[in-house]
Amino acid sequence: MFLADVIGTVVSRTEQIGALAGRTLLLVRPVRPDGSATGARPRIAVDRIGAGVGDRVLVIDEGNSGRQILGLPNAPIKTLVVGFVDQVEVRGKVVYEP
Amino acid sequence: MYLARVTGRVVATIRYRGLDGVKLQWIQPLDERGAPDGAQLIACAALDVGPGDLVHYVDGREAALALPDEHFVPVDATITGYVEQADSLGRDLALEGER
Repeated sequence: MFLADVIGTVVSRTEQIGALAGRTLLLVRPVRPDGSATGARPRIAVDRIGAGVGDRVLVIDEGNSGRQILGLPNAPIKTLVVGFVDQVEVRGKVVYEP
Repeated sequence: MYLARVTGRVVATIRYRGLDGVKLQWIQPLDERGAPDGAQLIACAALDVGPGDLVHYVDGREAALALPDEHFVPVDATITGYVEQADSLGRDLALEGER
């Protein structure tokens, strides 16, 4: 899992992969614990929690976990937004608290 | 999944079984500003897309699962959708076209 900021949305109405049809896709930018961008390529993640632009979120990027969450054994989906981040603490110090 | 723009196509006549009839496209991954990010790569296309189109793609094991053929196919990237709108940092990358 990694921390990310939701920086946008992706719309793909003519979705041809059944497992993706009707799902909200968010553009997420991976960040370090303090909130600075890691520089990694932004990912498109399937939203599971109702997140939106500006939210700091928890993202999983692993296929088996993704398929379990969706209950779809053969879905080609591995990146999902699974939590809102309320606080990040590193070595006893709070580095993120909105 | 990642955002990318289709830049071209690849023709390969003789292929491993399971890849028959699968279209191969050159794609350029994009960063959050819509600018090229990293090297271009070859991806299978699970749908009809062509050069200039904005798409999303998946890599790894999921790339094989995204193909219509149920059998496990040896691919490492598959285009999973045509992107009509991609709002990023307040801009629509789909409207801005190729850069």
